[in-house]
Order: sequence, then structure tokens, then C-alpha cells
Amino acid sequence: MPASTLFYLLVGAVAMAIVAGIGIFWAIRSSQFDDLEGPAQRILMDDDDPMIPRYRLNEKRD
Amino acid sequence: MSETQDLHGCYHCGLPIPLGAQYPLEIEGMQREMCCRGCQAVAQAIVENGLTDYYKHRTALPAAGHELVPEELQQLALYDHASIQKSFVIEQGGQIRQASLILEGITCAACIWLNERHLRQLDGVLEVQVNYASHRARITWDDETIKLSRILKEIQLLGYNAHPYSAERQAALRKQQRARDLRRIAVAGLCAAQVMMIAVALYAGAAFGMEKNTAEMLRYFSLFLSLPVMFYAALPFYQSAWFALTARNVNMDVPVSLALVVAFTGSVWATFYGSGVVYFEAISMFTLFLLGSRFLERNAQEKSVEAAENLLKLAPAMATRVTGGQHEIVAVLELSAGDIILTKPGEAIAADGEVIEGESAVDEALLTGESCPVKKQAGCQVIAGSINIEGPMLLKVTGVGENTVLAGIVRLLDRAVAEKPRLAQLADRVASYFTYALLVLAALVGGVWWWLDASRAFEIVLAVLVVTCPCALSLAAPAAFAAAGAHLLKRGILLTRGHALETLSKVTHLVLDKTGTLTYGKPVLQEIAVLADVAEKDSLVLAASLELASEHPLAASFLNKVSRPELRGVRQAQNIPGKGVTGIIDGKFYSLGNRKLTSITENLPVPPSVQPGATLVWLCDERRPLAMFVLSDGLRPQAAELVANLKRRGIKVTILSGDSEEAVAHIAAQAGIDHWHSGMHPEDKLARLRTFQQQGDIVAMAGDGVNDAPVLAGADVSLAMGGGTQVARSSSDIVLLSESLPDIQCSLETGQASMMVMRQNFIWAIVYNLVALPFAAAGLIPPWLASLGMSASSLVVVLNALRLR
Repeated sequence: MPASTLFYLLVGAVAMAIVAGIGIFWAIRSSQFDDLEGPAQRILMDDDDPMIPRYRLNEKRD
Repeated sequence: MSETQDLHGCYHCGLPIPLGAQYPLEIEGMQREMCCRGCQAVAQAIVENGLTDYYKHRTALPAAGHELVPEELQQLALYDHASIQKSFVIEQGGQIRQASLILEGITCAACIWLNERHLRQLDGVLEVQVNYASHRARITWDDETIKLSRILKEIQLLGYNAHPYSAERQAALRKQQRARDLRRIAVAGLCAAQVMMIAVALYAGAAFGMEKNTAEMLRYFSLFLSLPVMFYAALPFYQSAWFALTARNVNMDVPVSLALVVAFTGSVWATFYGSGVVYFEAISMFTLFLLGSRFLERNAQEKSVEAAENLLKLAPAMATRVTGGQHEIVAVLELSAGDIILTKPGEAIAADGEVIEGESAVDEALLTGESCPVKKQAGCQVIAGSINIEGPMLLKVTGVGENTVLAGIVRLLDRAVAEKPRLAQLADRVASYFTYALLVLAALVGGVWWWLDASRAFEIVLAVLVVTCPCALSLAAPAAFAAAGAHLLKRGILLTRGHALETLSKVTHLVLDKTGTLTYGKPVLQEIAVLADVAEKDSLVLAASLELASEHPLAASFLNKVSRPELRGVRQAQNIPGKGVTGIIDGKFYSLGNRKLTSITENLPVPPSVQPGATLVWLCDERRPLAMFVLSDGLRPQAAELVANLKRRGIKVTILSGDSEEAVAHIAAQAGIDHWHSGMHPEDKLARLRTFQQQGDIVAMAGDGVNDAPVLAGADVSLAMGGGTQVARSSSDIVLLSESLPDIQCSLETGQASMMVMRQNFIWAIVYNLVALPFAAAGLIPPWLASLGMSASSLVVVLNALRLR
């Protein structure tokens, strides 16, 4: 394998690491790491019932 | 009621359903039984709001619901006052406001869902965010359409309790710090992965041969990828090392920084000159490991701190001021000496003062440790923070804020904190010797090689520094602490100070407070003596009904023994301060109180079996006594077991209490404790503690009251009960949220286990260094082995620490 191929591959790897880094920085900034347990459980709850018309509450309680 | 219902218990909270209770509710087409009106009300609220999914998703049972009493609702309304909102509400322009709340009663993720969903349905609530880990909620609302008190009420309707939480600056700083740490770990992790990948290629190249150009290119890439690690991720180590050096100290971070800088410089030099060894992968891996374990350690500690803060419940300090016959509720800060304030039974007294009207008993256990309430009448002095038990009183304020007795105790506490022994400094001192030894050794090896073969000297000095780099050594302590902290947290034991574990493992003497620590701190019904032809159960029901109707402070101890549906209706209930309660049940007059309440009981003898210090209460009808109840502060379960276990381990146990001699002797005998001291003031306790310490004991102190706080701070390591006072909690190293005594033993054991793991880690690290050193000094270690050894030794330490979980 010529060294130049390896060079491009390595540049690609570095570029991917930078993209991943930017992604993680964004996630940290938008406080996605603040609560590590809640979201994992939240996904299990079907809370789409109110979107189904016949289950929808008639009005907001006040 | 069918048997199945009894087996399954209350549909909402899971508690057994009392016989004859009828609190049914239809949930998703099924008839469900509840145990009490409170649970029924909560379930009703959940059904009405279309939130029945909660029952499908929950993985833990909630606390039993309780009915809202008008007084609680009135208290909630106080949260709408602008002056009270000041401390915890952020105004976001216009009428948009945001508050941080602590939610009490969260047991599983479905609780979060329930609260968020329900609150979002309310008009005027703009945003709700509940953090599952810290149990805190951030709520944004429009003050024009909805009031905060209404939001709090809705939360209570769901069976939870919300307390305002003042988002302190410290919490904000912690959050920033956390984000910074995470970014550093992300950078180190990404770069380490890349550098490691390249390193594998280089290892293979070293073993099977590689073109010089290719190897050189790989080295340059490694160098480039290590730059962010060296100049961003590893910054905290340099900073800490620099601080230590400028303070003329040496800590663990000094050798760490030194190794990093030397290894990096050497590798850069080798890369540019195309000869020698590169250690880029070792640098990045080591930085990642060290950052990671320190982050986990800090995380475990932060969780503890947050949980401890949730206990504080920032109760806005309010008082009822009386001016010209008008009552107004003001913040305690606004009070000044000379004001007249009204204190109601059950309330904590807001300021030091003198009683000018009314008569009552005041619980000063908080300050004196005395479990019996003290009589107060016109002319008596009362202390801020003590609790008014029996009747309303008018007080003339004599001292507020810094001028109160309470503040004085807090000052005593500050002094004790300052004198706290710092065993933790020892570890750093060891590290400094190690560093000096390392530097001397490296210089020596360098000198010898300079004389033998000058061209290899630099390379070999570098190898010595890298191989003996104190990675494993510097990871040994934080990794063990992180794992142990996480383990304790799961059991409801909070570590609030870092040195606690280390000291716990060395404890030789446990000092206990009596009231609230060994005992519950409140009267428990111990014994019933029937004096006439009534069943014991009936007398209890009558007493409980009377107590409930009169809202007497002893009510709780009776109500625990009977189920609510059994209670009878009481007419003309009357609370006679200092004596007891009277009322009419089923057309018959009954009285319940101490011997002064009626002429019938005045001359009754006290049975000799009654322990000293107990409260006696008689139940009478119009003519004769029916029953006598003995109430006293009860020992917590498993106290005797704990004491026996500790004694077997050779740990001395002593009670230091402010209570009377008889009461302490009685409890000591029950718990099997031989050494006890009674009638002690905070200063006496502290003095006694110092004598123990002078005798060479490492003292652990467990307490709960304000009067314990200085002693807690003065002890080598201290444990506070979660239900105790805020001052006690904040001055102790460990908070027992569970309030169970065996947890004291559990924390001692974890302390010992973590010290053992730490010792193993240290031994491993030192043995590894000692073995590797001669080879490195002799120039026999190939570069890839040196950096692999460096990474592997760190990994072993981390894995060993994980056994503690």
C-alpha cells in the first residue's frame, strides 16, 4: 500500500474524530449529560395516548 | 372485602388495606381498592387527568397519599409572596418566571413522567423539566395565568411534595465544572482512540518491519493527535501541580505533570530527529484514565452533596407579626427587636424572645438535647429554633439573626471545623517523597549512562521516567474512592467529605448522641395499662380519636397504632394547653391528658414498672380512669445489634447526651452500651471528645441535633441522621439518609474495604515500578513494552477498584 493512501485514510480518521468531538461538545452544551438515568427510562413510556383523538382530554383542566 | 385485595394491598401505594376500609376507584375499567382517602384522592387526580399510564410504567411504589389540610394550602399560598419568591424564583421578563424545586417522593422514572405530563397540561405552565438523578424540577410559568401556589398544589394532588430550592451559585459552578470535565474527557477519549490505533500499527511495524517513511508519518500523526490531549485535556494536572509548587508543596499532580511533559518532549524530539522512542499513546491513555477516574470520584461526591442539599428544604423563614391587633406574615429577616410575634403550636419559634402572653411547653431538644418539653409562661425566655408544642403564645422579640442563641452555636461550630484534623494530607506527603525519590533516581541513572554511553542517556532517562510514571499510584486513591462512594450512595449513605472513608477505616471509638440518633427522638407508645372494663383496642381508638380531633402534638404516636377508618367522630373537642384534650364521643364525655387534667387522676399512683422520663397519659370518662398510656422515646431497631457488632470488632461505644441521667441510663442498658455521660452541654460534649482523642482514639460521632453540631465537626469523622437538623448535616462527613443504625456499620465496613483496595493498588503500583525500574535503567525495555506496561498498570488499578461496587 503506498504511503499516500495511508495518509488520506489517516486524514479521514482525524476528520471523523473532529466531527465526533464537535458532536459531543454540542451534546454537553445542550445539557444532555446532566441526567443520565431519566431519559433511558423515559423512552419506555408510551405517552402518545393523548395524540389519539378518542383518548384526548376534552379540555385543559384549570 | 375479598382476600385478593388484602394480598395485593392498596392499588396506589401497596400498603395493606385496613379491615373494613372502603376506598374504591375505577381505573381503566377495573375496580381498584385503596387503603385510605389520601391514596384515593391521589389516584382520582391521576385518573381525571388521563395519566393512568403511570400505573403501567411505574417500577416502584410511591409513598401513601395524604389529604391536604386547609392549613397546608394556606402555607402554599405564602409562596406567592414576592419577598419569599425572591430567594428561589428567577424573573424572565414580563410575567414569565422560573423556579427550581425539589420534588419529594420520586421513586421511579414513571414519577417523573407523571409530574411532567400533569404540569404541562396546566394553563400557564410553559416548561417543566424534572431531573431523575437529582430529583429537582425546573418550572417556567406565566404568573398572569397561574400562580406558583397552584402549581405546588397540583404536585401535592399527585401525592408528591415540592419544596423551593434556591439555585445557589455553587450549584451553577458545579454544573460548569462538570461540563468542563466532560469536554476534557471527550477530547482525551477521542484522541486516545486514534493514537492507540496508530500505535498498534507502530508496534506491528517494530515487530515485523516497516518502511522508515511510513513509520515517520505515523509518528507525526500521533504527535498531531496528542496535541489536544497535552494542551487541553491535561491542563487541570498542570494547574494543580503549579498551585502546589507555588505553595511550596508537592502533590500527586507534580509527578503526573512531570511525566507527561517529559514523555511528550522526548517523543516530540524523537519524532523530529527520526530516532528514539515515542510515547504518545501512553500519554493519551494515561490522561484519559486519570481524568475518567477523577470524574467518577467527583460525580459520586456531587450526587451525595446534591442529595444532602435536597434535605435542606429551604423552608422560607416566616413569622406572624402582631402590630396593633393586626396579624401579618413577614420574613424573619424583617423582624427587629421589640416586635411582637405570635407563635402557634407546632411551629418553630422564629426569634429569641420573651413570652408576654400565653402558656405552652416548648421543645428545646434541638439546642439542649433535652427530650422533655420545657414549660413556658409569661416572663420566660424562648430560643429561636425551638418548637412550640402546646398553645399559642405572644412573644416580644429580643434577638434575631446573628444575635440568637442558635447563631452562637453555629459560631462554636465554625471554630470546631477549623480545628478539624486533616489525615488526608498524608497521602500528598507520601506522593511528595515519591516524587523526590523519582527525580533523584532519574538524575542518578542519567549520570551513570552519561558516563557509560552519552548517546543513550536521554533515551534511558526518559524510559525510566515513563516506566516509573506514577500513573497507577496516582489512580490508586481516586479510583477506590469513586467506587466506594457510588456503593454507599446506593444504600442511602452520603459521603460529603473526601477524607471520610480513610478515617472510617481507622475508627476505634464510636460516640453516639441519644435523642434522635439511638432513639427516634419522638415519643412512641410503649405500654397500655387498662384500668377499667374496656378492651385495650377500644381505649386506644378512643385516645386516637381524641388526639386527632384536637391536633395535639402527641397525636402521631397514637395514630400510628390504629387505622384511620376505625376512628370515631368527636364533638366539642377541646385542647387544654399543658394538660390534655377533652371531647364527646357517642354522647359520652372523655378526657385524655396528664394527671393535672382532671381531679380523677390527680392522686393515682404511678406503677413502679414505668421507666423514668416516660410521659404518662390517662384516658378517663366522666367518673373513672379507663386506661393509662406510657409514652417514651423508643430505641431504634437493631441498635443493640450494632453495638454488639462494634464491640466484637473492638470499637468502643459511648453515649454523650444532654438528657437526664435516668433516661440515658435506661437507653444505654437497652442498647447494651456500658459507657455513657448525661446532662452534657455542647461544650461539655466537645471537651469529652477531645479527651478521647488525646487518649489516642480515632473518634466517629453520630448525631442529629444542633447541639451535636460542634461535636460532629470536632470528631475525626462524623455521621448525621438524614432527618436531623440542617446544621448537624452540614457539619458532618457522612449523612445517613436511611436513618437506620446498621448503616453506621456498613459505612465503617466500606471504609475498611476501600482502604484495603487502595492498599492493594498502592502495593501493585509500587511493585510494578520496582520491577520495571531496573530493566528501564539498564536500557532493556523496548519502547512499546514501556508504554503498554504504563497503560496496563493503570487499568489493573481501575478494575481492582471496581470490585467495591
